[in-house]
Amino acid sequence: MKFRSGRELTVGLTAVALGLLAGAILMLLTGNNPIDGYLYLFAGGLMNMERLGNTLAMATPLVLTGLSVAFAFRTGLFNIGASGQVLIGGLCASALGLTLGLPQPVLLPILLVAAALGGAVWAVVPGLLKARFNVHEVVSTIMMNWIAYWVVYYTVPAFFKGSFETESRMIPPAASLKIPQLTDLFAGSYINLGVLVAAASVVVIAIVLNKTVLGYQLKAVGFNRYGAEYAGINVNRNIVLSMMIAGALAGLGGACLYIGYASSMQLGVLPSIGFDGIAVALLAANSPVGVVGSAFFFGILQTGKGFMNAMTNIPPEIGDTIIATIIYFAATSVLIERVYDHFRKKSRGGKTGV
Amino acid sequence: MEPVVEMLHIRKEFPGIVANDDISLSLGKGEVLALLGENGAGKSTLMSVLFGLYKPEKGTIRVRGKEVQIGNPNVANALGIGMVHQHFKLVHNFTVTENIILGLEPQIGFVLTLAATSRRIRELSEKYGLNVDPEAKIQDISVGMQQRVEILKMLYRNSDVLIFDEPTAVLTPQEIQELVKIIRNLQHEGKSIILITHKLKEIKAIADRCVVIRRGRVIDTVDVATTTESRMAELMVGREVSFSVEKAASNPGAVLLEVRNLTVRNSRNIQALRDLSLSVRAGEIVGVAGVEGNGQTELVEALTGLRSAESGTILLDGRDITKTKIRDRILAGMAHIPEDRQKRGLILDYSLADNFILETHDRAPFSRNGFLQPAAILANAQRLITAFDVRSGEGASSKARGLSGGNQQKAIVGREIDSNPDVLIAVQPTRGLDVGSIEYIHKRLVEQRDKGKAVLLVSLELDEILDLSDRIAVICRGELVGLVEAKTTNENEIGLLMAGVRQEITA
Repeated sequence: MKFRSGRELTVGLTAVALGLLAGAILMLLTGNNPIDGYLYLFAGGLMNMERLGNTLAMATPLVLTGLSVAFAFRTGLFNIGASGQVLIGGLCASALGLTLGLPQPVLLPILLVAAALGGAVWAVVPGLLKARFNVHEVVSTIMMNWIAYWVVYYTVPAFFKGSFETESRMIPPAASLKIPQLTDLFAGSYINLGVLVAAASVVVIAIVLNKTVLGYQLKAVGFNRYGAEYAGINVNRNIVLSMMIAGALAGLGGACLYIGYASSMQLGVLPSIGFDGIAVALLAANSPVGVVGSAFFFGILQTGKGFMNAMTNIPPEIGDTIIATIIYFAATSVLIERVYDHFRKKSRGGKTGV
Repeated sequence: MEPVVEMLHIRKEFPGIVANDDISLSLGKGEVLALLGENGAGKSTLMSVLFGLYKPEKGTIRVRGKEVQIGNPNVANALGIGMVHQHFKLVHNFTVTENIILGLEPQIGFVLTLAATSRRIRELSEKYGLNVDPEAKIQDISVGMQQRVEILKMLYRNSDVLIFDEPTAVLTPQEIQELVKIIRNLQHEGKSIILITHKLKEIKAIADRCVVIRRGRVIDTVDVATTTESRMAELMVGREVSFSVEKAASNPGAVLLEVRNLTVRNSRNIQALRDLSLSVRAGEIVGVAGVEGNGQTELVEALTGLRSAESGTILLDGRDITKTKIRDRILAGMAHIPEDRQKRGLILDYSLADNFILETHDRAPFSRNGFLQPAAILANAQRLITAFDVRSGEGASSKARGLSGGNQQKAIVGREIDSNPDVLIAVQPTRGLDVGSIEYIHKRLVEQRDKGKAVLLVSLELDEILDLSDRIAVICRGELVGLVEAKTTNENEIGLLMAGVRQEITA
C-alpha cells in the first residue's frame, strides 16, 4: 500500500514536471523567457498573504469536486455530473441564504447541509438509474448537468433576480462563508470557511474509504460487483449510496463557490470546476490526500496566470495549456510508470549484473 | 535425438518471487515432453518465456542449435513455435477459417481469397484427424473443437514446436481421449510437443519424458515409461501423495439442505433446471455429476441466492430460504466455493487479508462500530495463510490478482471452510489445481463431512465425484436423471447417465 502511493506520487510529480516543461517550450516559442514566466506565475499564486488566500479560495471548490470524482471513481463510478451537482448545491445554499434571515453561526450550517443535500439529490437520480436499469452513469450525469443548468436559468431570474440580467441577487454577509477573521488574516482575499469544509471532507472521505466497513463495501462493489454480490453485499444500495456521497461533496463545492468565493450565481454557465474536478482526481490518482495537493497546484496556476500575463507578454492561456498538458500526462500515467520501471530495473540490473 | 529447442539456465523474477530459477531443458525432434509441476511452480512462466511473452533475466534459448532472442510471440511464430493457451484466443463470431488466417489474411489486392485457404485447412484437418469444419462459426462449435481450431492455427503457420498449456482442463473425458490421439498423430508427423500439465494420467498416456519443476527449479527429468505415477507425484510435491481419498463410511443424520421441485431459468430465459428435487443430509457428501452446461450453474446460483427460482422450494435446516437474500443465507450457515474464482470468489484488487473477510467484514472482530479492525484482519489472514498453505509474494498484503490460480483457490476454500458452515456448496473446488492441492482440499471436504456438515459437491471431474461422494446425483438437460450410491456405482454407469440414458428409478 505504501509502495503504491509512493509510486503514484512519483507519477503525479512527473506529470506535473512534464506539463511545466511543455509550458516552458510554449513560452520559448512565443518569444518569452520561461524562467521569468514561471517566476511570475508562481509569485502570482503565492507571493503574499492575499494571493495565497486567493489560491486557497480557488482551490477549495476544486478540492471538493476533485474529491467527489475521486470518491465515485474508487467505488467504480464515473461522476461527470459534478458541475450540475455544484450548481444545485450552490442554488440551494444561495436560495436559503437569500430567504432565511438568521444569524451567521446558525445560518451557515443550514446552508451547507442544504448544499450537500441538493448535490446528493442530483446524483441520486443517476445512481438509481444505474442500480435499477443499468443506465450508464456517464450518460445520466451529463444529462443531469443540463437539467441543473436550466433549473438555475429559470429559478434565479424568477425568484432571486439581481441588478444584472445575468446574475442573482448578492447574498447578505450573514449567508456568506467569508468571515472577517479569515479575510483579515489573508489581507482581504477571497478565502473563506470553505477551506475548513474542504479539509474536513478530505479527512472524512479518507477515513471512510480506508478504515470503515462502508468503504470496504463500496470499494468491493467498485472493483468487482459480481464478487461483492457473491459475498452478500447489497450492490445496488452501494451504487446509490456512493453517488449520493459524491453528489453531496460536489454540492458542498457549490456552496464554497457561490456563497464563499463569489456572492451571487451567474446564469448560463456550467461551472468548469465540475470538469476540472476530473482532472484534479486524475492527477491525484483518486487519493483524497492527493486531491488536496493537485487542487492546490491548479489553484496556483489559476490565480497566478493573471499576474504572469500582467508582468510579461505571455498570454494567460499558457496557464490553461499547462493544466491541459499535465492532465494529458497524468492520463497517460501508465507510460510514465513504464518508463520509471524501465530505469529502475536498469539501475538495479547494473548493480547486480555481471 | 537432436534437440529442436534448448532452454539454458533461464531465470525469471517477479516482485517477491523467483518464478524460474536456473531452469534448463531440451526438447528432441518428434518428442512429447511433459512439464509437470504444482500451480505456481513456474511452468507457464517458463513457456511464456519460450513464446516471447516474458523476457528472462538470465539464460539463453537455442532453436535448432542456433541461439535466438524471442522478444515477442511473432518471433516465436517465425521460429516455428506455436502455443495453445489454456484460454483460447478465438473470435467467436468468425468462422474457423477466418480465425485461422487472422493476422496473415491471404489476399489479392484488397480481396480476401478464402476458398483456397479453406481447402488447405480441410486438408490439414484430415491429415491430423482433427475433424474440424472450416466453415463453422466458433460460437457454434464445442470447446473441444475450439481447441482443435487452435491446433490448426499452429499447423497452418507451419509450427513444428507445439506448446499445450493445460490442454485438458476444459475437456470432457471423451474429448481428452481424442486429444491424446491427435497428439499422437502430430508426433508421428514429426512435430515436437511440450505439454504443460499437472495431470499424471495424461503424462503417462502421451509423454515420452517429463521435466518436474518445483518452486521454480527443475527437480528431475524422468523417462515416463519407466516411472510410476506416484513417483512423479512425489517429485512434484516433494513428499508422498495419496491418490485415493481415505474416508470412513458416512454416518448421515438429519437433512440439512433440501431442494423440492426446483425450476430455474437461465440468463437467456430458458428453463435450465426443471423440477429438480434433492436432499443433502448432515454428514454426507452428495456429488452432482453432469456434462458442463446441464443446469449445474443454475442449481448452484439458485441455492446460494445469486439467481431467483421460478418455482420450487429450498430448505436450509428446515427453514424455507427460497426467497432469502444472499447475506442471510450466509448468516444462516451456508458457504459457497464458487465455480469462477476470479469473477465471484475474490476481489482481485483487494489484498489477501481483505479477501479473507469478504463475507465477515461487518462483524466482530473484523469491525467495530463500522470501523475495520486491521489487527484482527491481519491476524485472521496469517492464520488462514498458514492453515491452508496459501503461497504469495508478499503474504497477507499481496493483491489476490498476483496469486497463482491454485493459491487463489486455496484462499477461497480456506475462507469458506473457516466460516464453519452447516451446508457447504463446493463447485469445482479443485479446478485447475495440482495433485498436492487437490489431495489437501479433498481431505478438508471429507473433514467437513465427518464433522457432521452437509456438503454438496458439483464437479465436472468424474474421478473427484466418485472419490468423494457418498451419493451421486446425475443431471442432464436440467433434470435429475439418476441418484446412485457412490459405493455401488462406477464410471460407466455415471457416464451413461450423464449422456442422458435415464436410470429406471426403482426402489
